[in-house]
Amino acid sequence: MEHKLNYNDLWAYAPAPEDSGHVNIRDRYGLFLNGRFQDADSGKTFETHNPATEVRLSEVAFAGETDVDAAVKAARNAFDKSWNPMPPADRGKYLFRIARMIQERSREFAVAETLDGGKPIKESRDIDIPLAAAHFFYYAGWADKLEHAFPTRAVTPMGVAGQIIPWNFPLLMAAWKIAPALACGNTVVLKPAEATPLTALKLAEVIQDAGLPDGVVNILTGDGSTGAALVNHPGIDKVAFTGSTAVGKLIQNSIAGSHKKATLELGGKAANIILDDAPLNQAVEGIINGIFFNQGHVCCAGSRLLVQEGVADEVIAKLKDRLETLRVGDPMDKNTDIGAINSREQLNTIEGYLKLGQEEGAQIHQPECSLPEKGYWCRPTLFLNATQSHRIVQEEIFGPVLAIQTFRSVDEAIEMANNTPYGLSAGIWTDKGSRIFNLTRRLRAGVVWANTYNQFDPTSPFGGYKESGFGREGGLHGLEPYVNFD
Amino acid sequence: MPLLLLLQALEIMMITAMADFKPIPVDQVGVEERAAKFRTRSIKKEAKMQALRMALNLIDLTTLEGRDTEGKVRQMCYKAAHLHDEFPGLPTVAAVCVYPSMVPVARREVEGTEIRVASVATAFPSGQSDLKLKLDETRIAVENGADEVDMVISRGAFLRGELDYVHDEIAAVKGACQGRALKVILETGELCTLDNVRLASDLGIRAGADFIKTSTGKISPAATMPVTLVMLEAIKDHYLKTGRKIGMKPAGGISNAKTAIQYLVMLHETLGSDWLDNSLFRFGASSLANNILMQILKQDTGNYQSPDYFSIG
Repeated sequence: MEHKLNYNDLWAYAPAPEDSGHVNIRDRYGLFLNGRFQDADSGKTFETHNPATEVRLSEVAFAGETDVDAAVKAARNAFDKSWNPMPPADRGKYLFRIARMIQERSREFAVAETLDGGKPIKESRDIDIPLAAAHFFYYAGWADKLEHAFPTRAVTPMGVAGQIIPWNFPLLMAAWKIAPALACGNTVVLKPAEATPLTALKLAEVIQDAGLPDGVVNILTGDGSTGAALVNHPGIDKVAFTGSTAVGKLIQNSIAGSHKKATLELGGKAANIILDDAPLNQAVEGIINGIFFNQGHVCCAGSRLLVQEGVADEVIAKLKDRLETLRVGDPMDKNTDIGAINSREQLNTIEGYLKLGQEEGAQIHQPECSLPEKGYWCRPTLFLNATQSHRIVQEEIFGPVLAIQTFRSVDEAIEMANNTPYGLSAGIWTDKGSRIFNLTRRLRAGVVWANTYNQFDPTSPFGGYKESGFGREGGLHGLEPYVNFD
Repeated sequence: MPLLLLLQALEIMMITAMADFKPIPVDQVGVEERAAKFRTRSIKKEAKMQALRMALNLIDLTTLEGRDTEGKVRQMCYKAAHLHDEFPGLPTVAAVCVYPSMVPVARREVEGTEIRVASVATAFPSGQSDLKLKLDETRIAVENGADEVDMVISRGAFLRGELDYVHDEIAAVKGACQGRALKVILETGELCTLDNVRLASDLGIRAGADFIKTSTGKISPAATMPVTLVMLEAIKDHYLKTGRKIGMKPAGGISNAKTAIQYLVMLHETLGSDWLDNSLFRFGASSLANNILMQILKQDTGNYQSPDYFSIG
C-alpha cells in the first residue's frame, strides 16, 4: 500500500479554547475533615500544577498521621451518630442531590479536571464528568433497595472505608468509590492522588453544599505516606484502592491478618484482538480509542494489539494513517484528541519504555505532529514487530504506546492475550458472533469488549483477574464489597 | 463453435473479475459513534470562514421537480454563478443538477462560467425501466450537453442479490456517458443496512463510478453522516489499494451551514485535504447555498441578515 492520503493543513482548524473564566480555583485548599476545610495539623502544604503549562494552580494541605486519625474518628462518629441510623431513603436523597449538583456544575468540573490532569476537555466534558454524575445517580437508587440487591440475606454496612484513588480519572474514581460506599451506609475517608487533588476538593464543596452530615465524607490530600497512614489506621474497616499493582501488593501485605477487607483495582495490559473477518475501519477506531483515550493513562487501555496475519498489513497501514489525524496539544482546546501527560514523573516512565522498546528490537512509529514547548507531551506511538517476551509487551506503560503483534490462529491469540500477569480487560473484533462467544469464554480478563472498547456504565461491573486485582466496582456487584452479610 | 468459445472466455473473465470481490463488513454501532465524534469538532473564526467558502464551491445546485420550467432552471443557473453579488469575491457553486429535458437550457445559461451541468438519468429516481431506455436517456443527456451524469442503481436487483446485473448496468451506463463523469446514486435510504451501503459502494466503484452519491433526495432518509462515512471508507480503501480517487456526493437533507461543516470535517479527517475540492466532493442540495451565505455575512458583519436579503434560487 504505497498510496498515502494527504493530511496537510490546507484547512487548519482555528484554536477553539474552552473558557476557564467561570471556574473558581482557590489559591489554597485545606483538608475536608468533619464537614469543614481546615489546614493540616503540621501546616504542611504542596502545590498542584497544570501538566500542559507547568503553571501552579493551587496549594493544598498535606495530611499527616494526626490528620488521618482525626478523619477516621470523624468518619466513625458520623457512622455511629448520623449516617448508619439514618433511614436508607434519606441517604439516597443525599446521593441524588450530589449527582444533580455535579451535573449543574459539570462545566466547572470539566475545566478543573482538564487543567489539573491534562486530559482533553472533550473527554472530561463528555465522559469523566457525566459518568461521575451517573454513578451517584445509579447508587442513589440502590440506597433504599439493598434488600432487593441481596434477597434473603441481611446486610449491614461495614463502617468506615479508607479509599485511595489514582490520577487518571480523578473525579470519576472518587465517584466510583464514594457512591456505593455511602449507598450501603458506610462513611468514607478518601485520599485523592497527589498530582490531581482539585476535582476531589471541588466534590468536597458539593458535599458541603449538599448538606451531608459532618464527617460522612472526609477528603485528605497528600502523598503515598498519607495513603499508608490511612491503610494502616486500625479504625477503618475496609480499604478500596485503585492504582498500581506494586502499591496494591503493599496494601495487601499491610492489612493481612487484620479485620480489614479490601478491593483492589490495579494495573492491566489488555490485548485488543483483531480477527481477519473484523470490520477493519471500525476496528482501527477501536484500537485508537483503546490506547490513546486519556493519553493511555487507563488501567484497562488496549495497550497490546494482536492482529491476525492476513489483515495485519492493512490494519497497520490504516493505523499509521489515522495517527496523522490525531490532534495532540492544548487540552483546553475543544478539538484536541490527545492532551498532556499527567506529570513529569510519568513522562519519564513512558520515555524510558520508548527507549527500551527500541533496544528490545521493536520498530517505533510516531506521527510528525508538533508539540507545545512547555508541559509534558508524548506523541502517540506504535511499536511494530513486538514479541511476547519484550518488556513493552509484558509491562504496563500507562501512556500512549501500543505494542503490535500478529497471530495466526485464534488459539494462539488467546494464549498470547492471557500470557501476562494482568487480567483486567480485553477487546475482540470480529463479524462473527460465535467467535465472540468462544473468545470471551477463554480470555482471562474481567472486562471483555466485543467490537467496541472503553465503554463504561455505572450499571456494569468492572474489575480484574490475576494481578489486576479483585472485587468489582459498578453495578450490583459494586455494592457487595461495601456490606457485611450477617 | 467459435461463438461458444468466445462466450466461455468472457465468462471466465467475468469470474476472475469478481473473484477478489468480497463484501467488507461494517459495524453500525462503531460507524455511528465515529460519525458523532465529527459533530463535536469546534470550527471557529478563519477555519469556519474557509469552510463556508469551500462548501459553497462544492454545491451541486439542484432542481428535480415535475413542475420545473425553463424559467425556473434559468433562474437557478443565474443564481449558481451569482450567489450574492452584493458580497464580491464569492466562489460559484460547482454544478447545476437538472432533469435531461432541462439540460439544453442549463447548458446555455452557464456558458462562460466554470459551472458544470449535471443531468440525472436512468429513469431517475426509481430506476424502474429497461436498460435500453436508460442507456438512451444517458446518451441524450450527454448529447444535450451534460458534463456529468447522475444515475441510479437498480435497488430491486441489488436487494435480490443480483450483484452482477447491477455491476454490468453501471458499467454500461458508464460507456454511454462517453467520457463524461458518472455519479452513481446508491439510494441508501432503500438499502436497509450499512453493510449493503458498503457493498453497493464497492460495486459502483468497481463498475466505473467517478463519484458515488447517497441519495436521489426523493426518499427519506437521504444523506446521513454514518452512511456518508461508510461510503468515504469505501473510497479510502479503494484509493489505498489502487491510487485511484473516487468522488463523493452526499445529497438530500444537508440544508444548513453547520451540517455542511460537519460533513467537511468528516471528509477532511477521513480522506485528507485532496478531497476538499469539487473534482472529488459535492453537496447535492437546493437550499444549502443561502444558509451558507447568511453565515458568511454574519461572520463578516457580526449580525444575521434577514432572509429577505438573499435571493431565492
